[in-house]
Amino acid sequence: MSKLMINRRGVLAAGASAAGLFAMPSILRAEDKSLKVGVYGGYFQKSFDKHIFPEFTKATGIKVESVSEPTGEAWLVQLEQAAKAGEAPADVSMMSQTSTLKGQSTELWVPIDPAKIKHYNDLLERFVNKYPDGRVAGIGAVAWYITLVSNTKVFPTAPDSWAALWDADKKDKLGLLALVSNSFLLEVTAKTFMGGTNALDTEEGQLKAFAKLAEVKPNVRLWYRDEAQFEQALKSGEIPMGQYYHDVTGLAAADGFPVRSTFPKEGGIQDSGNWVISRASKKIDEAHVFIDYMSQPAIQGLMSRKVGTAPTLKKDVLDLKPEEFAAVSSDIEPIIPRYDLYTTKSDWLNQKWTELIVG
Amino acid sequence: MRREVPQKLTDYGPLIFPAFMLLMFFVVPFSTMIAVSFFKRNPAGFYTPDFVFDNYARFISPFFGGVLTFSLGLAITVALLAVTIAFPFTYLLTRSTRATQTVWLVVLLSILSLSEVIIGFAWSTMLSRTAGITNALVALGLMSEPQALLPGFGAVLTGMVYQALPYTILVLYPALVRVDPTLMEAARTLGASPVRAFFNVLVPSLRNTIVATLIMVFVFALGSYLLPQILGRPSHWTLSVLITDQAIYQSNMPFAAAMAVFLVLISLALVGLTLLVGGRKEDA
Repeated sequence: MSKLMINRRGVLAAGASAAGLFAMPSILRAEDKSLKVGVYGGYFQKSFDKHIFPEFTKATGIKVESVSEPTGEAWLVQLEQAAKAGEAPADVSMMSQTSTLKGQSTELWVPIDPAKIKHYNDLLERFVNKYPDGRVAGIGAVAWYITLVSNTKVFPTAPDSWAALWDADKKDKLGLLALVSNSFLLEVTAKTFMGGTNALDTEEGQLKAFAKLAEVKPNVRLWYRDEAQFEQALKSGEIPMGQYYHDVTGLAAADGFPVRSTFPKEGGIQDSGNWVISRASKKIDEAHVFIDYMSQPAIQGLMSRKVGTAPTLKKDVLDLKPEEFAAVSSDIEPIIPRYDLYTTKSDWLNQKWTELIVG
Repeated sequence: MRREVPQKLTDYGPLIFPAFMLLMFFVVPFSTMIAVSFFKRNPAGFYTPDFVFDNYARFISPFFGGVLTFSLGLAITVALLAVTIAFPFTYLLTRSTRATQTVWLVVLLSILSLSEVIIGFAWSTMLSRTAGITNALVALGLMSEPQALLPGFGAVLTGMVYQALPYTILVLYPALVRVDPTLMEAARTLGASPVRAFFNVLVPSLRNTIVATLIMVFVFALGSYLLPQILGRPSHWTLSVLITDQAIYQSNMPFAAAMAVFLVLISLALVGLTLLVGGRKEDA
């Protein structure tokens, strides 16, 4: 079977090169220099297609075909299944921290050569994801904040702490993310009531956080998996408070909707995605060119301004004005999710969480 | 035409295509799923081929028992409601003029073309406080202030019955069209009221059709996964929602497969029940 496939490919390749002898070689070259890039579908994909990828193609001559990724681990599963068959639905993908760690266990990611990334040393440490033996598995692609959002008509004064979610007057008014591994509410609970996310080091601490979190349950109207579901309800005031993305909320407010995003005093939740290269990709060089390009200060600045992501590079190398920085980030120390827990204890945490919200 | 027992091997020829389809699209995927349900889960990644019962052991718990019971109960309720509404409707439809029937069937077919997502979001808007039907009731003076009718069990049930209704009607329609009109006429001549004739003559004569339709809607509703999420609270999430969580968000394929095997076995048991009912019909 596989022998047959190779023969067929060989025939196709021969056909293509024969055609190249007679036809326009420039077109062939343009086709060669292309890259399939997986980006989270919806807002991210739209923004990258509009503002970032055309600039990249102009600068490097490499054409980008963006592939829409579903959120969650669906894309990881698809990449893994495809890689087993030797296929790469995307050469480079935006991948969540937890998924990057999970992909490491099957060597799904081609190690990235730091020497080919000019600004490697300017990256914030948390945006370099390494294999246990030190090889680089992923490099920060985008970072964003999940903050406390509210409808300004229903709540004229902005809340200042995550503790607002627990208030009795929020009964049946909140929209929160439905999964333990994307809502990061255990971390929020630990930082707000237990002195920091280190409180989650032990199972005892985790159970304490679950118990505290159970108190918020009567206040929750919607546990959402799909962002559109909550965003719509937040804008209309149907569900006037919850956790949501800082940048998207900012854009909605700029469009005139009565919504606001607040960095609580405990900090916003900073989540991020890495660029990773699938081991089935045959375009490793182009992929490095792409990651190098995306990690330049100028492009990180462009992304902050046009896409609304928090930069992955150290603040002093960036060209962002203070107000531009504030629109995508904050000087308040962020809550960094305990990604390690979602790989080592994911089933247990997921079971406890599901029992908490469903039961 | 006389039915002959196949003599030569080539007489089985016509069976090859259906057998191939069944093999490709049912036997192979289902066997794969059963195999995966015994694989070993690797929490830091995917799974490794193995033969362990962990996934089934995890499923057999009061928590998942509760979810399974709820899912079955929801599917049964949806089936009963859909058939209760659809049966009289379809009967009246078959008695109406050809033109009316055509219009209704086109409308029903166009509802079928709506995806579950559209149905879910449409109902979530209609049942909302800010834009929903209660606003119309307030305008009519029937209510004092608009209310949210979701999330809740009623909203889930409404959405699911709405989605199942066109299927139910289209399955019942051929059987009801074929009902001999003289049956009802005879009942009326013998002095039965229309309602009595409907319940004592029409319903019993179509018992097998009704049971088969109930089972079909039940199986259809059992797989529902979006509407409970959009219209319900977490306590209204079906087993299918949790299967999706495991498969997509936790990438725990073995556990998702084990749960799915349970669901498929229940569906198969019901197909068996249908065959049993059909068999009895031929005896009668």
